[in-house]
Amino acid sequence: VSFGDEGCNLETGDQYNTTDLLDFRGCVYINVHFTFCPAQVPVLQRSNGPALSGLVTIATYLVREANRAELLGESAEHRAIVQQWLEYRVTKVDGCQKEDIKTILKDLNTYLEDKVYLAGNQFTLADTLMYYGIHHIIVDLAVQEKEKYVNVTRWFDHVQHYPGIRNHLPPVVVLKNRVYTGSHH
Amino acid sequence: MKLFVSEGNPHCLKVLAVLKLTGVKCDVQHVNHEEKVVPHLSRPTLPALLLPSGMHLFSANSICRYLGEVSGQPSSDLNNQWLEWEASELQPAVAQALHLAVLQGKGSEASSALQGQLSYLEQSLCKKTTPFLTAEIVSVADVVLWAALYPILSDHGLVLGDQGKVQNWFERVGMLAACESAAQEVLQGKGLKSEALKAYMQKQPAPPHSQAQKRDNQPCNSPEQVADGDRVMSEEEILSATVTWAKGLADRPMISDRQHPILPKEGKRNILVTSALPYVNNVPHLGNIIGCVLSADVYARYGRLRGWNVLYVCGTDEYGTATENKAREEGLTPQQICDKYHTVHASIYQWFQVDFDYFGRTTTEKQTQIAQNIFWRLHERGFLLEDTVEQLRCEMCQRFLADRFVEGTCPFCAYPEARGDQCDKCGKLINAVELQEPKCKVCNQTPVVRSSKHLFLDLPKLEAPLEQWLEKSMGSGDWTANAKQITRSWLRDGLKPRCITRDLKWGTPVPHPDFSDKVFYVWFDAPIGYLSITANYTDQWEKWWKNPEQVELYNFMAKDNVPFHSVVFPCSLLGAQDNYSLVNHLVATEYLNYEDTKFSKSRGVGVFGDMAKDTGIPSDVWRFYLLYLRPEGQDSAFSWADMAIKNNSELLNNLGNFINRAGMFVSKFFENCVPAMDLQPEDKRLLALVGWELKQYISLMDKVKIRDSLKCILNISRLGNQYIQVNEPWKKIKGGDTDRQRAGTVTGVSVNIACLLSVMLLPYMPTVCQTIREQLNAPPTVTATMLQGTGNFVCCLPAGHHIGVVSPLFQKLEADQIEDLKKRFGGQQTEEEETIWNKPKASTQADVVTQPATTSAGQTVKNGADPERAKELTLAVAGQGEKVRALKGQKAEKAVIAVEVDKLLDLKKQLALAEGKNQEPDQTKGTKNTQHAPSPATTAQAVINKADPERAKELTLAVAEQGEKVRMLKGQKAEKAAITTEVDKLLDLKKQLALAEGKNPEPTLTKGKKK
Repeated sequence: VSFGDEGCNLETGDQYNTTDLLDFRGCVYINVHFTFCPAQVPVLQRSNGPALSGLVTIATYLVREANRAELLGESAEHRAIVQQWLEYRVTKVDGCQKEDIKTILKDLNTYLEDKVYLAGNQFTLADTLMYYGIHHIIVDLAVQEKEKYVNVTRWFDHVQHYPGIRNHLPPVVVLKNRVYTGSHH
Repeated sequence: MKLFVSEGNPHCLKVLAVLKLTGVKCDVQHVNHEEKVVPHLSRPTLPALLLPSGMHLFSANSICRYLGEVSGQPSSDLNNQWLEWEASELQPAVAQALHLAVLQGKGSEASSALQGQLSYLEQSLCKKTTPFLTAEIVSVADVVLWAALYPILSDHGLVLGDQGKVQNWFERVGMLAACESAAQEVLQGKGLKSEALKAYMQKQPAPPHSQAQKRDNQPCNSPEQVADGDRVMSEEEILSATVTWAKGLADRPMISDRQHPILPKEGKRNILVTSALPYVNNVPHLGNIIGCVLSADVYARYGRLRGWNVLYVCGTDEYGTATENKAREEGLTPQQICDKYHTVHASIYQWFQVDFDYFGRTTTEKQTQIAQNIFWRLHERGFLLEDTVEQLRCEMCQRFLADRFVEGTCPFCAYPEARGDQCDKCGKLINAVELQEPKCKVCNQTPVVRSSKHLFLDLPKLEAPLEQWLEKSMGSGDWTANAKQITRSWLRDGLKPRCITRDLKWGTPVPHPDFSDKVFYVWFDAPIGYLSITANYTDQWEKWWKNPEQVELYNFMAKDNVPFHSVVFPCSLLGAQDNYSLVNHLVATEYLNYEDTKFSKSRGVGVFGDMAKDTGIPSDVWRFYLLYLRPEGQDSAFSWADMAIKNNSELLNNLGNFINRAGMFVSKFFENCVPAMDLQPEDKRLLALVGWELKQYISLMDKVKIRDSLKCILNISRLGNQYIQVNEPWKKIKGGDTDRQRAGTVTGVSVNIACLLSVMLLPYMPTVCQTIREQLNAPPTVTATMLQGTGNFVCCLPAGHHIGVVSPLFQKLEADQIEDLKKRFGGQQTEEEETIWNKPKASTQADVVTQPATTSAGQTVKNGADPERAKELTLAVAGQGEKVRALKGQKAEKAVIAVEVDKLLDLKKQLALAEGKNQEPDQTKGTKNTQHAPSPATTAQAVINKADPERAKELTLAVAEQGEKVRMLKGQKAEKAAITTEVDKLLDLKKQLALAEGKNPEPTLTKGKKK
């Protein structure tokens, strides 16, 4: 397996790590075209079938190939929710404008109020890809904002400490004690 | 389960159509556009599906996929791909188109907003034999795409010109009862003219225009960028590829062997290639190699293949203060240093198979002649200024301190170790007298400011001709973006006179009698090396260097060298007014980092040229990997793990696998004899695809996009592998006549592709290329034929051609081998400095610190002095002392030195203890309640036991780091033994951390001591 560049490794995470991928039949080759353009679509070349394109499609395929289908959800309903957040990641989070960021964070914060992970109580591919997609936003949050979106922050911190997820991304420091109070009570 | 929809919303069309199609039982409730159904979303979002669990699905595509799945149609990869494409590529364009058509009344522009997406769809449908996108029967993807396009495509005012297949498919899907009825329900079957649609659109935020534009400019799935296997070749392209193929190796001229001296020839492309002269005072590292000599080598080799008349010269740059410093360090004369390192350089480049036409040096008689000649011409033409400069002089050493003989704090960024001429941190050029707290590098005394007379090159006077020339050169040549940008920023800042003389001994003497005790500044002198090295190669050097009409000059370098090649040196040559050849193509790389840190000899970080061959990895593989990550356009990073991955996946599984299979089929199934080929449409299409990649390769290489064109080679072998995989010649060979013939054709085409690959590979991997050619017994004329013009993929191994003995080309790089190399070469940086506590072998200090765990675990701890240990520590102290001295000598960063000095002090303390001396009274405090008298081990532990927040902090980091490592290893399914070792280290660290935090570590640790 070859990751065209870091970007792909980053996107797929090593939940379903390279060794798993090396066990594939034939030669699975992940070719993420080296680029500055975030809009560019990754393509997966396979010798045992036609190429696949699209981050979500490729990630879903790889997870299945690596026999980690539980990361895609364990029932039809669960799978639909996972896919929905994967789609949200590529359609809403990727390429979002400055003014959209607040809405995204606000909605996610409300959504995550009663959930551990994006698709409920289990860690799924949706968490991985959302983590990578939203990392650049979270990194830039001020302490007060992290406080404001406390459920997102909690989820993010949770995911970044999930084994094998963070890779080379810088950890985001999350303060355990509230330094500001009263702003959102 | 309840589905909420609103009228006029095209997304609701998707879900209703799928609902009707699948027949899933579900309540449908019509609501207003503004109804907030999903509680956690701030904007009203429809459609929405309330699931039995109480959660909501709010994405139309996810709802459709879910309905498909519960009705027994789980989503396939292809289905997923179309749904993702619809959401991420098609939707933004549709939103734009609808906005234009419905709200702005620009119906005609609507279809053009969708053009890119529609033609992608058209191409995909062209390749299909099935009536629907994914299969013989309609799938969720068909309905979703149909619904997305329905409002626009159902409008009869819009005509789909070239998109007949889309039209047919669209009508086919639309005729389904489910779709027809859903369209009626949501849009009254009216498409764009639906009032409900208009009402819906009015509530939608305007689509971000910029985004739509961006997508227009960069259609992600435009034909150019479609995955290579999916590229659509037109009939004409296929026909022309077939015609080319059939031409075979007609009477093409062979590329003649090089005849030295190579001189420019009339009517030929005469290419003069130089790579930045490596500085002689050190061993080059991989970054130097890829940035200069290797890149230039690939281009020179390519040029020779193209039949151009190429001369590639390089050599070592030997004058200057750094050489003098190095000589002092090693106790040799500068000349001896140069001789020594010139040989080192030459042998390294030889190992890397860098094929110079001549590799010379700058300390030659020709250098003096040519440099002095240029100097006098500049002087006569009034381009030199005389000025008195304030200069630092060391009274102790009795001399002026040029450039690198002085160090101090940078006046711009306060970096404490700025050199006299430039700051390594901020990169600004510095006048030595501006340094704060300057120190003489030799004796460490503070120098005084004295004045000294110097000569300056009058750059402002040369600015006009320079700009005129630059405009022409940049306009017509291939300058890399960074080269242009760096040059422009120099010009923008305005040029200032530049001092070209220095108070040194080791240099080209200034011939002017008033400056007899001075030499030329190395940056005036060094580029003249290109000329003098050529002059040492041939007396007719001026045919290259004073012949801009016939000669094209390519300079290869890393980006830090750009200003000297684009501004300073051209000014010298322009001012000399001697018709010099000036650079036409300036090719600069960015930096190559080592596992995310910079290469550093002084810190022992990275692989240096002379070590590469000790890795046991073949030179060709090194070349391949370095070129694969050539920092073209942005910095890149060398990583051992990545090198193994690239070797194993690209070289072994892709390239090597294909070439080997192709050859093996010929030898095993056809007795070494290329079989007859009867080309089918599929084969012809492959010829066209391969031919297209070859053309890409040539056009990229012509523009010196070395890294990009390597990808073309890999694409071709990937196409080849797929071709073999699909056609299965190993099965067909066992079948009937037709099958056997098919196996023959596939084998024949494949082995011809392998032959083409050998040609394309030559610049990158010369040895492998040679091996392939021998294995295939390839005729020598192949290169000239295939790389002629824009590239011709011809049948060069015709039926009946006998091949040689085929054997595998590459070897797998095993994980443990790589781990080993990583330790050997990355050692000091990652494991001694950052995680010094977990590396018992690498650092003796760590040895002692980790001791508590082992000693208390069972070893008898001896009383007081420990002679054995003292002996070890004495050695360690000596070694560490050596290291510190070396670092200081090499001008290592202060922080680095400080770390090593700390280690040294620690070791000394421990030695004192081991020798039974009492080091510091309070050190034994913590051991009061142990039975044993302080041994070095328990003492070390005791020291920590006092709770040391500083150390705890360090250890916390080390623990985190080590934890990460263990997780990585586990994730990568590393060998158990390796994991265990790392886990042990981690446990150790944790114990030490507990101690440092003043906590009592695990009971096992204290077992040996009774409290």
